[in-house]
Amino acid sequence: MAIGSILFIICLGVASFFFYKSITRIRRNILLGRDVNRTDNSSLRWNTMVRVALGQSKMVVRPIAGFLHILVYAGFVIINIEILEIVIDGVFGTHRVFSSWIGVDAYRFFINIFEVLALLVLVACVIFLVRRNVVKIARFWKPEMKGWPASDANLILIAEVLLMSAFLFMNAADVVLMNTNPENLASAGLDKYAIGWNGQGFLISSMLNGILPADMSALHFIERFCWWFHILGILGFLNYLAISKHLHIILAFPAVFFSNLKPKGEFDNLDSVKKEVELMFDPSVDPYAAPPEPEEGAVPPSFGAKDVKDLSWKQLLDSYTCTECGRCTSECPANQTGKLLSPRKIMMDTRDRLTELGSYIDKNGMDSDDGKTLINDYIQPEELWACTSCNACTEACPVNLDPLSIIVDLRRYLVMEQSAAPAELNNMFTNIENNGAPWQFAQADRLNWKDEQ
Amino acid sequence: MSEQLQVKTMAEMMASGESPEVLFWVGCAGSFDDRAKKITRSFVQILNKIDVKFAVLGTEESCSGDPAKRAGNEFLFQMQAMSNIQVLNGYGVKKIVTTCPHCFNTLKNEYPGLGGEYEVMHHTQFLTGLMNEGRLKVEGGAFKGKRITFHDPCYLGRANGEYEAPRNLLAQLDSELVEMKRCKTKGLCCGAGGAQMFKEAEKGNKEVNIERTEDAIEVNPDIIATGCPFCNTMMTDGVKNSEKEKSIKIFDLAELIADAQSS
Repeated sequence: MAIGSILFIICLGVASFFFYKSITRIRRNILLGRDVNRTDNSSLRWNTMVRVALGQSKMVVRPIAGFLHILVYAGFVIINIEILEIVIDGVFGTHRVFSSWIGVDAYRFFINIFEVLALLVLVACVIFLVRRNVVKIARFWKPEMKGWPASDANLILIAEVLLMSAFLFMNAADVVLMNTNPENLASAGLDKYAIGWNGQGFLISSMLNGILPADMSALHFIERFCWWFHILGILGFLNYLAISKHLHIILAFPAVFFSNLKPKGEFDNLDSVKKEVELMFDPSVDPYAAPPEPEEGAVPPSFGAKDVKDLSWKQLLDSYTCTECGRCTSECPANQTGKLLSPRKIMMDTRDRLTELGSYIDKNGMDSDDGKTLINDYIQPEELWACTSCNACTEACPVNLDPLSIIVDLRRYLVMEQSAAPAELNNMFTNIENNGAPWQFAQADRLNWKDEQ
Repeated sequence: MSEQLQVKTMAEMMASGESPEVLFWVGCAGSFDDRAKKITRSFVQILNKIDVKFAVLGTEESCSGDPAKRAGNEFLFQMQAMSNIQVLNGYGVKKIVTTCPHCFNTLKNEYPGLGGEYEVMHHTQFLTGLMNEGRLKVEGGAFKGKRITFHDPCYLGRANGEYEAPRNLLAQLDSELVEMKRCKTKGLCCGAGGAQMFKEAEKGNKEVNIERTEDAIEVNPDIIATGCPFCNTMMTDGVKNSEKEKSIKIFDLAELIADAQSS
């Protein structure tokens, strides 16, 4: 076996191993969340996933970004078919193995399509870079985007530009080699490239011919360099996903599949509360009886969420899925009017806290606790109390993520565990308790409107 | 409005062996807020005029628990819900209409899980139904040529996907429906939801209701129509803040329909 093949197999193995490790760790972290049933109604779930994730139906609500995103998405999915060929070529030392399977003309047809897509991806990524860094679209410059999130976005876009360029330069150099007289190829030790090519160039990459060197060994270097750069870039990118917002390319599908199918206005009725309230309403319960001894090792019920473990696995999956596009934040009435709340920050904080807790658990064991919490250490009560629960964020999210449910669970913790609601809300609660209305009016006056003129 | 409204409570209906077509859930704002009480009276006026047999709970009604739930007080919400459900189930209520989208959302979506299953309608849906049945007739004359814009309440629109019922009603008024830049799924909140009605806003550079009222003023309407007592308050305050209260009026759809109802 050639040294190239051995090197390739090692790279592939190492990249796959580390990717597998990352995915396992992320999965473990997500499953730190409490359980929630999101497997009902599977036909509607499949339908929603096909429409929203595969079909990008909510992306195009914003036509420019939506259209460009579809280009990058389609390009990414389709061009990556070629990875299969690259892997086979890499392992067996063949050259463009698919061309011998489907014939040179059909092969050229497909590569032409890939090249057009590659160019479109390249152009779209450049426009995205300009939108972020030159036009400075407001939602990319919110406080939570400072530092790593902004670099992350730029790194992804630059990586895609480089990968697509490598793909095009590889094809350009390769075509010149493949069209060289087989005897000349053989004398240069490049007989691998004599695959009976039909003399034609590819649609886009042939435009690069003018800037290519004529020297065969230089061409060979360019072709090999771009080939290795392309595949190592993809393997590197795969592993980069685990620490990047770009993970959405995988998680968007399960996140949409398991998304909330109920009316957006419906908040869940907490079961832990329901049990207590039912007891209070049950006339057969003796109110003076001592509560039963808790079972050995039983965890007393807690209400709402103070940390990521108190959220559901779906909310944690959402946090890893968020790609920080900021459509939620730009539609948020609180954010638009200068309040501290940003639904995107809620998602990012949840993910960052979960990652932090995950690393701590890795070092100190499953039951260890670093003493930090999502609330206060990451999210301030002031952010939570600014929410109007209007669902603009959940409506705007292209992949049906639900920052509102996290906000509500954190509010529940503040109110029910900490009694830390703003004073005016405590007055409202007291009024409801005492006279059945959020204001101080007597219940006996409820029908007075009937006779008022 | 000077005529005496005909309003029976569930208890009175029960005592006389009658049962209503529908229960009108008035809600706290509709019962106590001076502006919202006018909406309540207008809605009842419509029902009286076409002899819809309805009842209210009267003093047996209590807060649906919505503001408590949105604020995170699940205990208080469930206490309210359970006691309301006991009353409603005790009377065998099947069908409920309400003029408040918050009560509507809570009763429709959150009560079933606690044992309260009813057919719940927002008043714009109920009135559309009456119109389709031919019972409710309106003459748009009074509003002919008026520019009316509709502010979608979050808990009717995005929360429950109802955008058409209020617009269907407006279409009956021969008025000109002008949509704000942000409407339907993209409608901006008035700023009152999520229990914000009962507290000062957090620190920021603007009030949400001002931002929303600017959307409305931009389309130069004669009337801003709402379907929620809280939106009504917020939009009224916003219009006053812009000193446009002389030229722009804020009405609930019930008030517009009551004014246009044929005798």
